Amino acid sequence: MMNETRRIIRFTLNGRAATANIAIYETVIEVLQRDFNLFGGRESCGQGLCGCCTVLVNGTAVSGCLYLAAFVDGAEVVTVEGLADRGVLHPIQQAFVSKTGFQCGYCTPGFILMTEQLLKRYPHPTDDEIRHYLSGNLCRCAAYPDIIEAVKAAANKIQAVESDP
Amino acid sequence: MTIPARFTEPADTTVEAPPKAKRKAAVRREVGRSIPRLESHAKVDGSAEYIYHLRLPGMLQGKICRSTVPHGRIVRIDASAALAIEGVHAVITGEDIRTLIPDPYYGPAFHDQPILAIGKVRYVGEPVAVVLAADLHVAEEAADQVVVEYEPLEPVFDEVAATKPGAPIIHDSLRPAGMFPDLQYLKGRSGTNVALDARVLHGDVEKGFAEADQVFENVFRSRKVVHATFEPTVSLAELNGSNGLTIHTSSQSPSYVRAEVSRLLGWPENRVRVRTAFLGGSFGAKLYIKLEALVAACALLVRKPVRIGLTMEEEFYTITKHGATVRIKTGMAKDGRIVAREVETWWNGGAYADIGPRVSQKSGFTAAGPYDIENVSLINYAVYTNDPPAGALRGFGISQIVWAYECQNDIIARSLGIDPLEFRRRNILHDGRPHATGTIMTNAEIDEVLDRLSDRMHWDVLFDHGSGPVRRGRGLAIGFKACIAPTTSVAVVNVYGDGSCCVSCSTVDMGQGSDTAMAQIAAETLGISTETVRVIHPDTDVTPYDMATLGSRSTYHMGNAVRLAAEDARAQLLRIAAATLQTDIEELEYRDGAVISRSGARMTMRGLMLARFGMQAGTVIGMGTFTPPYTKPDPRTGQSPQITPYWMLAGAAAEIEVDTETGRIRVTKLVNVGDVGCAINPAIAKRQLNGAGTMQLGFTLFEEMRFNEGQVINASLADYKIPGMLDVPEDLSAELVEFPHEHGPFGAKGVGETGMFSVSPAIANALCDAIGVRIMELPLTPERVLRAIRESENRPLESE
Repeated sequence: MMNETRRIIRFTLNGRAATANIAIYETVIEVLQRDFNLFGGRESCGQGLCGCCTVLVNGTAVSGCLYLAAFVDGAEVVTVEGLADRGVLHPIQQAFVSKTGFQCGYCTPGFILMTEQLLKRYPHPTDDEIRHYLSGNLCRCAAYPDIIEAVKAAANKIQAVESDP
Repeated sequence: MTIPARFTEPADTTVEAPPKAKRKAAVRREVGRSIPRLESHAKVDGSAEYIYHLRLPGMLQGKICRSTVPHGRIVRIDASAALAIEGVHAVITGEDIRTLIPDPYYGPAFHDQPILAIGKVRYVGEPVAVVLAADLHVAEEAADQVVVEYEPLEPVFDEVAATKPGAPIIHDSLRPAGMFPDLQYLKGRSGTNVALDARVLHGDVEKGFAEADQVFENVFRSRKVVHATFEPTVSLAELNGSNGLTIHTSSQSPSYVRAEVSRLLGWPENRVRVRTAFLGGSFGAKLYIKLEALVAACALLVRKPVRIGLTMEEEFYTITKHGATVRIKTGMAKDGRIVAREVETWWNGGAYADIGPRVSQKSGFTAAGPYDIENVSLINYAVYTNDPPAGALRGFGISQIVWAYECQNDIIARSLGIDPLEFRRRNILHDGRPHATGTIMTNAEIDEVLDRLSDRMHWDVLFDHGSGPVRRGRGLAIGFKACIAPTTSVAVVNVYGDGSCCVSCSTVDMGQGSDTAMAQIAAETLGISTETVRVIHPDTDVTPYDMATLGSRSTYHMGNAVRLAAEDARAQLLRIAAATLQTDIEELEYRDGAVISRSGARMTMRGLMLARFGMQAGTVIGMGTFTPPYTKPDPRTGQSPQITPYWMLAGAAAEIEVDTETGRIRVTKLVNVGDVGCAINPAIAKRQLNGAGTMQLGFTLFEEMRFNEGQVINASLADYKIPGMLDVPEDLSAELVEFPHEHGPFGAKGVGETGMFSVSPAIANALCDAIGVRIMELPLTPERVLRAIRESENRPLESE
């Protein structure tokens, strides 16, 4: 039988205070979808292997289909919906548009959030670094060459913005 | 665009390719440009609509209880424990469905598949019951509590064994569906697992073998693989206020779903509304009926909205690619010409036919390859087994067939000491020559595909095979496919009072970029910019009939329908202007939302609307219908003067490294060349070639559904690996061969599957080039390669 232990969690969601009443077995993705209508994080393989469910928790990319919602109590959560600034796309999003780093688009938010983490650690990644860093995100349409181009374009864009504030 | 000279006289044949005047593509504004995709913004900010995320007020979630035996009679179903769980709304079985739908069997080829199992199960994973609950977790838990008792029957899994006398019979009798014109020849049958045997006979193959200087015979096999779309298959059904049903579904074939669900319910089609959104990948998995009939029946039984969304694991139990066994026998003349070829193929269709008979017949008739062979005999068996059902997967059987003939061609070329490229040049089926079906090849750029492969691979430059444990090799292969026929696409182009326009069509954008392509075609025709066109997603209440989004048919068929619809709308606008300006229609041109005459007069949309409707509002509706010609093949010989509207030609070449100590293959270079007519959007077309090539790379090197007594034992992405970034060859490239197809919209042909065709044999041929080892079965896993290496060294590895 399902042991219904529920609890209230409070966290920051895309920069705003948020509260949710959750069951302890629920994952971040379930709660984001059900209570906040955010579908940019998606469950696909259900095993944390494809990366479609990627969200940032305290700045670190996690697999939201495995990460329990209870663990984000007090944390800062960012989803792909939180990247754009008042309708202006984040430079990484802009680069995925200009290089068309997608086909069906289902895995795209996960790639974008993982790229965000990649570029924080390695602002000027080599092709090898990109391939290794993003190897945990899968794209069944295999838009990989365009994704690599998008990551490089994003790195250049961010560098240009930072050197010319 | 410059058109390169293309015809070189075949060196050692008497066959002369007829001269063909190639049209030069006219100057275009919208078509032929790599315009960014219209939905780009929605796909990067998370807002793109997928049906998997749709939630309806008051809906119930369904969880399927699945068969645990591959073949058996259902003795009893006990749902009492499941029903006792708090929150469970209902448990539905096949008998419940029957109270609503007395004959609940569906399928595009045969009405063989029950909505839920009735009396018998035919594969592990077959849906037996559905638990409905508001909370998915409750439904999941309760589905495990449904007790089903089976009386096991003997199963059969191998596609060749299933055709032998004495094999267990999976379906007592078969009822043809009769829906599609190309499947009208299917016959009711009983007492056999062979749903269809399709033949093509051309020349006299026995005479050909008798006269041949040398005969080669091999058997090639491909294992089952799965689509693994990232948006899993999902359908929702709700009762709507107009005595009908709305089905929201991740489907590639909304028009078919409407027709088939209506037929099952005994309703007129106008009571069933089917709508789709973007699909998170599909590749053939989401065709015909998958979950739609089940959610429709559940919603009608419980009078509430019902959603069933699969998990990745369940995808492995829903639809797969066909495994295939191909026996290929080829007679050769001394001069390196193929004189006879006989191909016998057994297609493992699993427990339900789905579209397997069409896969068998359509791919089967190309089984001799794009070669000019005087004597051909092709036999294809669509076979039932107790595996999960097999259907379409990007290429529709072609890659299994090309795997056989292109591997064998290399075997022959090496044996005769002919360069593999030269071997293919000698035997190519040139434009103007009859294919084995009797259809004359036209607009098929095989020579050019080979030339481009040769250039890209620097084929005439000596290749370093390496030394030491890591050896290098290179290989190439070509393949082709006929587009499905006969099929129809209908489109509507609606020009509004301000000159903006919408395209209504039932083509589903599942990642291939069809929205953008259709917008480009409409924009080109109407002289407006692509970015201003909106494409309405399939909704059978709104968008007109389309056969389905499959088989690389949409660009050609729907593209033509959209072009015709836009031309119709433009003609209507010109007629309004001609009447008002009292001038000949030939003097007028519609561009940028206004009609301009040669004499300089101009009518804006405001003026056109005023003239037509008496006020500055209204709508001009253009309609286009496109059905290319087709002649049914003779059922005895497979002969038809018009078997396909167009041929898709492809070539792939690979350079690989193989570690002879571990058997691991690393593909360092992969070139994919596709004959696409004229690309509507070249960047999207190349992305399709690269994407398909990488998908087929997975099918070549590691993807394989593994079974134990019918149970899939690797039904998850943890155990079934698909290509990731580290698997993509460092040097991956795609090249478009662009010659306008005379009947394509702005010269375009389809491209979605082209990149799949030739990858597997190109890699296997490279492996043989590297170490002289030939593997006849996919995938080329390290273990299989290492076993073959050790076998060739006469020191085989112990068997498993």
